Amino acid sequence: MKKGKIAVNVFGWILGLVWLIPFMGVFMTAIRPMDELLNGWWNLSSFHPNLRNFAQAWNHPTAPLSRGIPNSLIVAIFATIFPILIATMAGYYLARYTFPLKKLAYITVVITLALPSQMVAIPLYEMLLKLNLLDSYVGLILLHTAWGTPWITFFMRNFYTTLPPEIEEAARIDGAGDFRIFYKIVFPLSLPAIASAAALQFTWVWSSFFFELITIYTPEKLLATQRIPLMRGVYHVDWGILSAAAIMVMMVPIAVYLLLQKYYVRGMIGWSMK
Amino acid sequence: MRKSKLSHFLVFMLPAVIVIGVFVVYPCVRTTLLSFFDENGHFTLRNYAEVLKSRDTINSDGITRGEFPLGTLLHNAIWIAIHLPLTIFIGLIAAVILRKTWGGNLLKTFIFFGMVMPMIVGGVMINFMFDENVGIVNAFLRLFGMPSKTWTAHPETALFSLILGSVWLWTGFSMTLYSAGLETIPKDYYEAASIDGAGPFVQFFKITIPLLKPITVVVATMTLLWDLKIFDIVYVATQGGPGGASNVLALQMYNYAFIEFNYGKAAVVAVLLTMFTLIAAIPLIKTAGEE
Repeated sequence: MKKGKIAVNVFGWILGLVWLIPFMGVFMTAIRPMDELLNGWWNLSSFHPNLRNFAQAWNHPTAPLSRGIPNSLIVAIFATIFPILIATMAGYYLARYTFPLKKLAYITVVITLALPSQMVAIPLYEMLLKLNLLDSYVGLILLHTAWGTPWITFFMRNFYTTLPPEIEEAARIDGAGDFRIFYKIVFPLSLPAIASAAALQFTWVWSSFFFELITIYTPEKLLATQRIPLMRGVYHVDWGILSAAAIMVMMVPIAVYLLLQKYYVRGMIGWSMK
Repeated sequence: MRKSKLSHFLVFMLPAVIVIGVFVVYPCVRTTLLSFFDENGHFTLRNYAEVLKSRDTINSDGITRGEFPLGTLLHNAIWIAIHLPLTIFIGLIAAVILRKTWGGNLLKTFIFFGMVMPMIVGGVMINFMFDENVGIVNAFLRLFGMPSKTWTAHPETALFSLILGSVWLWTGFSMTLYSAGLETIPKDYYEAASIDGAGPFVQFFKITIPLLKPITVVVATMTLLWDLKIFDIVYVATQGGPGGASNVLALQMYNYAFIEFNYGKAAVVAVLLTMFTLIAAIPLIKTAGEE
């Protein structure tokens, strides 16, 4: 029994180290000057940690994160609020009401979950061009709103089917109308589910790259994820700056995950399962 | 269930119908039409013929010589063939083992960071791990006297290093779903099995795996979709290179549409890719239809 326990612990840690070591590597590379990295970031014969790489990534001459991170925050915040407002109502409607073509509506939502962004890329590009919304955050937020609405609808619908309708019925008997019931009773009750959806949608928009790549091109407007490939340089890679930039850009979704862990994991399970 | 009045539909549902209709359904229809019609509006299958005969999609020379590039269709297939079983297997093992490991929750958090980070950063991580000088993979191989190289920069290893890197990034997904699933298996099952003399391995194969089967279906579906849609990692780590050796369908579509500005061919790749994702999503659509 004891032997088995030791074996499990040893194996578990070997497995875990496969993930720990690369993260440690990026961190060490980011906090050390270039000349100390020539013999590998694990070589500690001289060790002078500093934040110079972070400062250089923040004030990078061609792709400064000091612009990219605020840009990404603006887009991610609005592209989280709008689809949640739209999809909470649609999810409630799908869960509580019967109407013609309901099944078709529901299956359309599910099919949308499987679509690759490439399937909509060309028409959306042309559409935004015509509407003069190319290279604008309004256009980008619209795309993310549309792309987020189906899965959040699906997610909220699944949540509402588990919410007992008795409370709503009681309010109805007391004379409250359907819309009043929704925003006075149902919406507050759904806040935990909304927190899950928001945590996921926010990190996905923050991490998104393809829609940004095809719609935003003015250097000052580029989002954080778009700046990472630009920082790499063509002939040689400055791993110190690149690692520091990678850490700063991944810190935001990781912080959301660590702060809202319970909601995040629940959201992910709900997103993929009923 | 209540019967809907028109006013209910207008308030609750119409905004969603409009955004999905305008920005999702209409573009899908339009892309499909683009793939079947030429500039003059005549029906044609030429785009399909061109794409399917292209060396970008299926490279028969490469296949006969057994050298990369083999074409995006095969690259995506190889990706699935390696990535799907590996992430399911490693995720399940990690969920089972780390549950009983001291500090297991901390390790799980780090494994999960792989799928929380933006995939653009994920691509940088892959470059970093496989780099000739700073890469940990080469440092490890040097211990065994093997020569080091930047794995992502050579045609024969570029695709494989991306796939292995993507296993590293995505294992957190299956691990988390399996971890949640394990919590739902009653302890008595294992106790009863031990009393009957079943060892840990028998218990794993006779209790854990069968009871986690519904989760495996979900994990497999989602992973398949992820593999088919793979784009960011390849874009940042190799640009599909060298010489197309790690190109994939999603990146091929981007290159046709936004580098070559050939919308017809790009639309064909998009339609093919969507067909594959819809096939992969059949279990998902089926459960939706049953309700």
